[in-house]
Amino acid sequence: MPVIVIPDKCTGCETCLESCPFDAIEFRDGKAYINEYCNSCMNCLSGCPEGAIIETEPGARNTEHRQSLEDYKDVLVFAEQREGRVVPVSYELLGVGRRLSDELGARLIAVLFGAGEPEAQELVKWGADKVFLCSDASLRKFSDDVYSEMLAKIINEQKPSIVLAGATPVGRSFIPRVAARLRTGLTADCTSLEIDKETGNLLQVRPAFGGNIMAAILCPDYRPQMATVRPRVMKRGEYDENRTGEVITVQIDSTKSRTNVLEFVKEVSEVSVNLHEADIIVAGGRGIGGEKGYKLIEELAEALGGAVGASRAAIDEGWIPYSHQVGQTGKTVNPKIYFACGISGAVQHLVGMQSSDIIIAINKNPEAPIFNVATYGIVGDLFEIVPMLTKKVREVKGM
Amino acid sequence: MNIIVCIKQVPDTAEIRINPETNTLMREGVPSIINPFDLHAIEAAVQIREAGGGKVTVLTMGPPQAETSLREAISMGADEAILLSDRAFAGSDTWATSYTLALAIKKLEFDIVFCGKQAIDGDTAQVGPETAEFLGIPHISYIRKIDEVRDDYIKVERLMDDGYDVVESSLPVLLTVVRELNEPRMPSLRGKMAAKKAGIRKMCMTDIGADENSLGLRGSPTQVRNIFAPEVRAERKMIEGTAEEQVDNLIKELKDIKCL
Ligand SMILES: Cc1cc2nc3c(=O)[nH]c(=O)nc-3n(C[C@H](O)[C@H](O)[C@H](O)COP(=O)(O)OP(=O)(O)OC[C@H]3O[C@@H](n4cnc5c(N)ncnc54)[C@H](O)[C@@H]3O)c2cc1C
Ligand SMILES: Nc1ncnc2c1ncn2[C@@H]1O[C@H](COP(=O)(O)O)[C@@H](O)[C@H]1O
Repeated sequence: MPVIVIPDKCTGCETCLESCPFDAIEFRDGKAYINEYCNSCMNCLSGCPEGAIIETEPGARNTEHRQSLEDYKDVLVFAEQREGRVVPVSYELLGVGRRLSDELGARLIAVLFGAGEPEAQELVKWGADKVFLCSDASLRKFSDDVYSEMLAKIINEQKPSIVLAGATPVGRSFIPRVAARLRTGLTADCTSLEIDKETGNLLQVRPAFGGNIMAAILCPDYRPQMATVRPRVMKRGEYDENRTGEVITVQIDSTKSRTNVLEFVKEVSEVSVNLHEADIIVAGGRGIGGEKGYKLIEELAEALGGAVGASRAAIDEGWIPYSHQVGQTGKTVNPKIYFACGISGAVQHLVGMQSSDIIIAINKNPEAPIFNVATYGIVGDLFEIVPMLTKKVREVKGM
Repeated sequence: MNIIVCIKQVPDTAEIRINPETNTLMREGVPSIINPFDLHAIEAAVQIREAGGGKVTVLTMGPPQAETSLREAISMGADEAILLSDRAFAGSDTWATSYTLALAIKKLEFDIVFCGKQAIDGDTAQVGPETAEFLGIPHISYIRKIDEVRDDYIKVERLMDDGYDVVESSLPVLLTVVRELNEPRMPSLRGKMAAKKAGIRKMCMTDIGADENSLGLRGSPTQVRNIFAPEVRAERKMIEGTAEEQVDNLIKELKDIKCL
């Protein structure tokens, strides 16, 4: 372990216990001991009033490969396209990217493979100062080899300080290759990205251990600092019809792809489209109790013109099909209003919906954790509340 | 066909609870399991061997107690197991983990390397593709079906958000797998016997010829700065009263903010 306890200094006061988020400190014979659960987060160093906990080799981090950080300035966003159309997460990334580059006083660069000049111009309007565009038609098809080669090359030339990509199947597949090649860190599925005021480093926050805790991650000694962001976690920036920027054409790399996509078979479920596009989602959990409860949820959704979501418990019970699942192993949604009916609010569910603008929780247990994230909380029986709500919504809407 | 399966021993995150008073993870009694996605990787590897012959080697980087997971993999039909363990590996992020795994794999013969889509403790899904890059071989992520395997060729289906791709690749290749690929088998009695007797090959830093500066915490570009509990929404409003009053008040609130 990189963290050790100096036994002579340890007084056995147990103050450090609380500082460890991983339960990695044990007391053996009245002295603290760091066990194998240690994640080297270093929280305990300041958690010991005696200074008895230290890093084994202070400053042990290797900085030999470290790039000269000052050379790396801009923010670069990989804008993904599917079938020639830019995917929505790209605009969300431009929103974050614009904010970060303004804060750093740097430029925002977008990279687009396999789409055309009009799409590149759109990226400018969504915030990019410069777009590197390769419109070669063969790039419409995703190739790990070619995408990695081309993006790594652009990064090596442009030397951005920060690189952002969508945590989509495409981004999650080839961005790690790029990070490995560039010998730098990559943080997956960030839910918040901020510039650390003191150091200017990118502070990357992401859920860990199934969403039970949040971890703030830094990549202080290597550049670029790379991160992926799930769709619908961040808000789009401002669209400015009059914004101008430079579009630079890049040639396709001659690298031969060792993998080849023979065919793409489209299988979009109507449900997932609805969930992603709906302004209002009415979601049910184990509390809906079965078919009867499901009907109530569906009726409220219908009255509001919204979509139906579900917790995993409701899906495991077989009341609602999997495509409706919201959460860590389901969909991430970001509607204006999210109704959680009979959902306890397990972290795995919360990570999929807590960025909704307004959350309305209906639950008969006042202690349910869902109330911690709720904008409006109603403690009550959903079988009573939901049908009444549906009725009144219909009245208001004159249905 | 030589097949390597990378597996990770993880805490069962379904069982992890957070202590609301101290905001720390409560690990006590939380079982260690093979990362669920990796079970599908083992199953796929064993099926390929059963169909065409060859050898399945499971590989894990972890503390000595990860040996239990390797034995479990053998009980499911893997032929050999390697434990990559060294204090120098502690604190590895995905870059350092992949670097280490790749060096170990390079010491072996391989046509296909399998990984799970992601590990449930970190959920990064990065180790597979990064390892492929270090090995200098192609990879295909999110395999949901294997259509065809030949000596130097493979054809698979890759799960995408909006459907699936049919992808072909030359071998050697690294594949990361999703749950839809197969149903992992239960260990057979014979498998369990084999698991008990199996010798586990151990490898450490010097065995794989690693550069110490690229290992563990020292070699990891990312650092965990701190850990905290997910936030509580600040502007929460509880709506009191009888059911009827609650509903009326909610409707009023929604009208006030122009949501109705
Ligand atoms: C690796 C992993 C991934 C996971 N991924 C997901 C995921 O993607 N999405 C997800 O949702 N879960 C996921 N889970 C499961 C998650 O941990 C919870 O088990 C699940 O979200 C619980 O669902 P629930 O809130 O509906 O059920 P419960 O926790 O059983 O809660 C039911 C709630 O309904 C209330 N209730 C009961 N009757 C009524 C009534 N008549 N009126 C009002 N309230 C009532 C109860 O008070 C209770 O709070 C995952 C778990 C793991 C381990
Ligand atoms: N320490 C490890 N030892 C062996 N394989 C690993 C290890 N960590 C990750 N993997 C493999 O990489 C996959 C993805 O892990 P991750 O990138 O951590 O989400 C896992 O499903 C495993 O197949």
